[in-house]
Amino acid sequence: MTEPSGDVLLEITDLSLEFRTYRGPIKALNGVSLNVRAGEIVGIVGESGCGKSVTMMAATRLLPKGAAHITGGGIRLFGSDPMKLSERELQHVRGRQVSTIFQEPMNALNPTRRIGEQIVEVIRRHQRLDNAAATSKASGLLRDMLISEPERIMQAYPFELSGGMRQRVLIAMAFSCEPRLIIADEPTTALDVTVQALILGLIKHKATSTGTAVVFISHDMAVVSQLCDRLYVLYAGRVAEAGTTASVLAAPAHPYTRALIRCLPGLAPPKQPLEQIPGTLPDLLDPPAGCLFRARCREADDRCVSVPPLAAIEPARRAACWRRIEETQAA
Amino acid sequence: MTEPPLLSVEDLEVRYRVTSGWFGGADVHAVNGVSFSVAEGETIGIVGESGCGKTTLGQAILGLTDISAGAIKLRGTEQDRARRTQLQIIFQDPQSSLDPRLPVWRLITEPLHIRGGYTRKQLIERATELAVSVGLRPEHVDRYPHEFSGGQRQRIAIARALAVEPALLVLDEPTSALDVSVQAQIVNLLLSLQAERKLSYVLISHDVSLVRHVADRVAVMYLGQIVEEGPTLDVLDAPRHPYTRTLLDAVPSFDRPLNSIAPRAGELPSNRTLPTGCFFRDRCPSATTGCELPQVLVPADGLRTVRCHLVTRTGDTTLPRSAPGPVFSSPNDAIA
Repeated sequence: MTEPSGDVLLEITDLSLEFRTYRGPIKALNGVSLNVRAGEIVGIVGESGCGKSVTMMAATRLLPKGAAHITGGGIRLFGSDPMKLSERELQHVRGRQVSTIFQEPMNALNPTRRIGEQIVEVIRRHQRLDNAAATSKASGLLRDMLISEPERIMQAYPFELSGGMRQRVLIAMAFSCEPRLIIADEPTTALDVTVQALILGLIKHKATSTGTAVVFISHDMAVVSQLCDRLYVLYAGRVAEAGTTASVLAAPAHPYTRALIRCLPGLAPPKQPLEQIPGTLPDLLDPPAGCLFRARCREADDRCVSVPPLAAIEPARRAACWRRIEETQAA
Repeated sequence: MTEPPLLSVEDLEVRYRVTSGWFGGADVHAVNGVSFSVAEGETIGIVGESGCGKTTLGQAILGLTDISAGAIKLRGTEQDRARRTQLQIIFQDPQSSLDPRLPVWRLITEPLHIRGGYTRKQLIERATELAVSVGLRPEHVDRYPHEFSGGQRQRIAIARALAVEPALLVLDEPTSALDVSVQAQIVNLLLSLQAERKLSYVLISHDVSLVRHVADRVAVMYLGQIVEEGPTLDVLDAPRHPYTRTLLDAVPSFDRPLNSIAPRAGELPSNRTLPTGCFFRDRCPSATTGCELPQVLVPADGLRTVRCHLVTRTGDTTLPRSAPGPVFSSPNDAIA
């Protein structure tokens, strides 16, 4: 199976993770495997609760200690296990090598401090620059985000800026230490479509020109299709399908991916009933045995009582579905 | 004389007084002269970005907010308290629109309860009937909202709106809090209820593909005004107003790469002091002389009206899609 070359920055192998609650453990991840190589833009798509944010938060060890427990599998971030790093080493990795852009920019900025101070703080924490150099670097970064008067913006407080402007500040901040990997967790979900188009363009342009790898988490198939080279479709804490964006969208292999694309209103004739996915997500307190999509799947049969592996079905394409795996073996 | 439409909104204006600041208040001009009508069984989609006044418009129709000027008429007469049972609303977030302390039967029949004159047994019966009609099970009526998923909660909200047999539902972003697979279920439910009950919908949404799927007609709003209105497919497939084009170009799509999108500069202007002339002028790619004058909605072709003097004067055909090619060639084509 051929995959894009380049160093593997992040490799997650068969990761299982649970949150322990008074009702019992919630099995948020049930064997997620994915990798991200230098310079590529990888999309992670799925509905709420499928584990897309949890996977990436686990990779950067942002999950609260004591609440999340890894029960299987492993993570390699830049060749080392983030779970084994000391807090000091971790601080060096976060920000300098990997940084995250979150969905709600207002929550990610300090409301009591000026924008400029906050960017300069990030830069000076990780780079040997004096205040003047860091300030001019910050203003250059804001200019790259198509902010016309960076000096004025740097004097402003977060509440004075619009949502789109705040998100651009955070993207500038994420790129400020020239990380090798950026995790963008639904960065445009809270924004209008016109602003979203701008933000997506900025992320893509900046990532391509600096060679930074991006993991883009989204629930929106269309957004991911426009931005990402490869994508992973997650369902109930497991990868249902992975492959290049074009191949997954042209011929989705997993029944879940297919349903996810077909239930979008844009693709059906007006007023006609949309294809819906019957049923609901499995209860992750007590996930059923076998394929987790089985109860909602039209193609399910006896084989699906055992867990399908994420197997190669074509070059650079993998799917966790017994039917696809058999078709591949037959061919 | 022709029958008056089910709902007609005439030159509606809504202003909110903002009383912060030491030097007296200012007004937020949320809706600035909106007119449209909805026939029986018809769906009109209202699209626009946040802050364009679409939610305020929906609330004004229901009487949830005071109107500053204009009129809202139901079958030709101005709406009053008695007529409001003809109108119901579905809110975006069923988590916050359902009282967590009430069982489902009580939630669904809340409008009937307010109207009065029903026994508890009648209310439960009616609730069960309504619950079944929106795809819930009869035993669900004894449960509480927290026991349901987002999609089921939205079904409860729909059942509640149907309790008084309304003629028109305002759907304010009815699926934006839901996952796509659940969105499809709710959309299908809304379509089948409309067919069964001849309901009219005012669908307020930022999701162009949802509006395209559900609405017969669409009105595009910008800064409290309708800039283009007409049959859904006419407007969305061949937009005439520059803002409609901008909005549609920004919608993520499977068959268009990101690079061919030219995001329009800038953001919505402040609605405290309205701009003079065309509201869209500062962001408009084809702004020219004449745009400094106030624009009016004028019939453009067929059943469509457009608020742009360029379109209606020159009669030029549909606007070209933004030129393909890398957009971010120079970081200096700055955006304010």
